[in-house]
Amino acid sequence: MKNSNQTVIRVGIADLKFVKAPDTIRTLGLGSCVGVVVYDDTKRIAGLAHVLLPDSSHTKQTNLNAFKYADTAIPILVDELVRNGASKLRLKAKIAGGAQMFQFTSNSDTMRIGARNVDMVKEMLKGFEIPIVSSDVGGNSGRTIEFDPITSELKIRKVRSDEYVI
Amino acid sequence: MEYFNLTGTQKDLLREIGNIGAGNAATSMAKLTNRKINMQVPSVNILDFDQMMEMIGGPEELVVALLFQINGEVPGTVYFILKVEEAEMLVRNLTDNHDFSLTDNHSVNEVTLSALQEIGNIVTGSYLTALSDFTNINMQPSVPHLSIDMAGAVLTMGIIELSQVSDYAIIIDTKIESSNLEDGIHGNFFFVPHPEALSKLFTALGISEHL
Repeated sequence: MKNSNQTVIRVGIADLKFVKAPDTIRTLGLGSCVGVVVYDDTKRIAGLAHVLLPDSSHTKQTNLNAFKYADTAIPILVDELVRNGASKLRLKAKIAGGAQMFQFTSNSDTMRIGARNVDMVKEMLKGFEIPIVSSDVGGNSGRTIEFDPITSELKIRKVRSDEYVI
Repeated sequence: MEYFNLTGTQKDLLREIGNIGAGNAATSMAKLTNRKINMQVPSVNILDFDQMMEMIGGPEELVVALLFQINGEVPGTVYFILKVEEAEMLVRNLTDNHDFSLTDNHSVNEVTLSALQEIGNIVTGSYLTALSDFTNINMQPSVPHLSIDMAGAVLTMGIIELSQVSDYAIIIDTKIESSNLEDGIHGNFFFVPHPEALSKLFTALGISEHL
């Protein structure tokens, strides 16, 4: 049952937002992108980044969108949560996405983008010593995810399966 | 070259390219399905990635997407996107399997999937041939890659290259539909050129980048 004063905050592609209980936060249609949720379950606050690319160091863009890359989005998640009262020691993460939507025969970097996104997300979280409580990555299906800061549950919906929770 | 700086002339040109391609594709599709096929005047839009998903019904919309990587002088990605019901109708038409359903695992087999890929091949092939003839630029499409999933999930693949240099995509959209609206086919073409491909296109057409 949804409470009437509960809002669902929607995060777009290469976007990043924060949520406070009782609201929930959601991002739609993750393919090779990775949805990274970092949360403090005592303070009941969380941030969600919809990461499109792993690494900002090769970009040719001058004013880059820091939310687009795993290596720049995750530090923002951590800093903002701490600034809003989260304890760095309590931060945990749940991640989903990184699928390979098309079965290409060639094995170029672009084709493996999902796996590379997941690798970089894991590496960044490890750098901040944030444990990944659960994850649902890889495969070849798109995912819609929704995080509830009250229960710390991450709901996952795919086209050809029932909704489940990690 | 930044996308937002496209002039009216350049946009007109991209629209015209879309028109020619779609005209050819409509002819192929009409032959394939034995129906009268109409083509809609395409639009050229400069969209951010979220707007791109909204264009086909939002990131969660279930679509049948055929992706072609374009190699050659003007690299990019072409998507041919159909709604699930439209793809089913096309396959039923082609294979004479009137119970075919993409959501029913029993009727989805190699033959029907390959029929779908072949439709994509023919239609996209004629689209690219038109572009290539008009611009005198060599464009080689890859084999078709099929995915039936959420629009957001399948479309991001086409913008990976582009997203390393821009947060916007030029979408040359083209709609092809059957004149009989009751069982209309409404295919969308998305041509997403890589950023470096645009200036080559304009040069090939004798239009300078700075109009």
